This record gives sequence, structure tokens and C-alpha cells, in this order.
Amino acid sequence: MKNTQTLTSAAALAAAIGLAVTATAGPDEDQLVINEEIEIVTETAAPEHMEYVSTIYSGWRFRSDETQAVQMDDFDNPAMIFVEAAAEAWETADGTAEKSCSSCHNDVESMRGVKAVYPKWSDTAGEVRTLEHQINDCRENQMGAEKWGYTGGDMAAMVGLIASVSRGLPVNVAIDGPAQSTWEAGKELYYTRTGQLELSCANCHEDSYGMMIRADHLSQGQINGFPTYRLKNTKLNTVHARFKGCVRDTRAETFSPGSPEFVALELYVTSRGNGLSVEGPSVRN
Amino acid sequence: MASGVKPRVKVPKTAAAGDTITIKTLISHKMESGQRKDDDGNIIPRSIINRFTADFNGENVIDVALEPAISTNPYFQFEAVVPEAGDFKFTWYDDDGSVYETSKSISIG
Repeated sequence: MKNTQTLTSAAALAAAIGLAVTATAGPDEDQLVINEEIEIVTETAAPEHMEYVSTIYSGWRFRSDETQAVQMDDFDNPAMIFVEAAAEAWETADGTAEKSCSSCHNDVESMRGVKAVYPKWSDTAGEVRTLEHQINDCRENQMGAEKWGYTGGDMAAMVGLIASVSRGLPVNVAIDGPAQSTWEAGKELYYTRTGQLELSCANCHEDSYGMMIRADHLSQGQINGFPTYRLKNTKLNTVHARFKGCVRDTRAETFSPGSPEFVALELYVTSRGNGLSVEGPSVRN
Repeated sequence: MASGVKPRVKVPKTAAAGDTITIKTLISHKMESGQRKDDDGNIIPRSIINRFTADFNGENVIDVALEPAISTNPYFQFEAVVPEAGDFKFTWYDDDGSVYETSKSISIG
């Protein structure tokens, strides 16, 4: 009798687990509209260069309803506190040239569309540049100011500000022409297993998205929502800091933020999101 | 002296008389608890917002006592009944004696 009971409850438990797995597998069906105004594309056909994935989803679709809600209104989005601080920095002169960002670029609204096409090939530099590189280039060569740390708070906030005015525009980075070799290097990295755990980016974010990795719901690893306010560390996080965290979690020596390897990886991973909307600064757990 | 303190509030611009409206408030503040130590082992002095109030046309709507365990950038969301047009006044009281105020008007329509 006792045995039967145990079996029955085990079966019930299994059924409950089965349900839970079904409920959390894959992205949800929610639609993202920010401030009841900016419509965000969180699901679309994968770009042609992706061989193994047919539909791409923003990481927003893999988060819980509560976390999703925080991003749907700028007042609730804690990232906007950092964006506001960056808006002040935008207007504040710094460095020997006594210029601010607005001295050359006017209103930050003039940056609309910029985040959507970065990382981007720079003719003058002869390499693919990230937005962070360009900001520091401006600070150093135009303003005569100290460079910001690549993943520091000032930098993350400024990238967040520049991203915020592009929200709703489709990500569209160029992967051909002079950027092609960098893009290919990034693709190589994406599929290369690293660390003692021998995991590549693809093992989790291409082969296994939608599954649970312990308590976390694996997304496709899209970076259209960066910089990202993470509830776990209550600050804005940059793409390269996130890459570093992922590579570290495979128990490997990581590349440095701002390194050519991570720039290549950023270009490749961004291109996997071509067609999704720019969403940063987003909110994730 | 806390730096970078900035109050923000979100109140609908209009409401029907007798409507219950949702108010959101947030103040950027580091909310240093007074329990932490710096690198040299000295206690970092407590610096928090210790009280928050909201008034409508001089009548108190909400009065909150804040304690050191409350996180950075305290956020309050609450409801209020609007019987008539008027002004909401929000006040935050800092440990250092500073008082931060902001107000929002609401009309009936």
C-alpha cells in the first residue's frame, strides 16, 4: 500500500515537472511596447548567414513577466537613471579642448540610428570599431579628455544613452566588404569550445536556447538589448563584460574587454540579431 | 552629504473626479546603511532618505518611514483618490537635513 502511494506521488511529481518544462521551454508569446509607444521587434526571421537557426528572438522573450514589465516603462526601468546621468555628461564640457559631446553632435537625438549599425568598419582607423572605441576616440582626440574604462560605469551609461534614442530601429550591421574578415574571425570564436567545460557560445545559445541551465532560462544570447541593467548587480552591463562572464563560466582564461577578439565576436553576435529592434538599455536578471 | 540626488515622479495629468490614480515616485540616492566599512575598517556613516511624504492640496496621502535596509534609489508606487483638481506635493527627507521637494498638478477632465 505504502509502495503504491509512493509510486502515485512520484508519477504526480513527474507530471508536474513535465508541465513546468513545457511552460518554460522556448520563448514566450509576449509583445514588447515601451512607454506604450515604441514597438520593439522581439521575433523575426533569422538573417541569411545563420545556418542552424530559423527564427531569432530577443532575450526579453525568455525573461519572466515581472522582469519584462520593468522594461516596458522608462520610469520603471532602473537603467534610465544611468541614461539620465549620461545625458548630463553629454552636455558637460570635459578635457583640454573644453568641448562636450553636444559641441559637435548637438542634441543626442542626432545619434538616432547609430547604435543599430555598430560595430562598424572605420576607414580612418582601418579596423572594425565598437561604439565604445568611438566614444573614447572622441574623448581623447576631440575633447582632450581622459579615456573611459571600456566597461566602466560612465561608458556603459553613455552607450545606454546613445542606444536609447535608437530603440525600435532594426539592428543592421554590415558583415561584408572590409568588415568581412573580422566577422569571420568572430564566427570562428562563436563556434570554438573554450575552457575546462569545453563549451562554445553555440552550445548554449544555439543548440540549447529555451532550456534551463540550472535556474536560468537560456536565451539565444542576442545583444540587441545592450547595455543591459541586470537585477543581479543593479548596474548597466556592457557587451564585453557579459562576454567575459560567459567565457569565464566555461572556466577559460578570457579575452580582455575591447580586445580585437571580443570586437570580432561582438560584430558576429550583433549580426545574428540583424532584424531585431535595438532595445537597449534593457532589463534582464 | 549625498550627491546625485534627484527626485522623479509620474502622475497622470488628468483624471475624472473621484478616480483612483496610480502614482510612481523614485529618488536616486545611494542609501548608505551605516553598517558597512571602508577599506581601512572605518564605518561608512549612514546616509539615507529617512522619510517620504505625499500631500494632495495640503492633505496627507502617504507618510513613509524608511529604514537602513532599504535599497539604493528607493521607488514607491501607490494609489490615491482624486476628488478635485489640485497639486500633489512630494517630499523626501535626507539624513543630512536636506529636504527634496517636487510637485505635480492634476486637472479634472
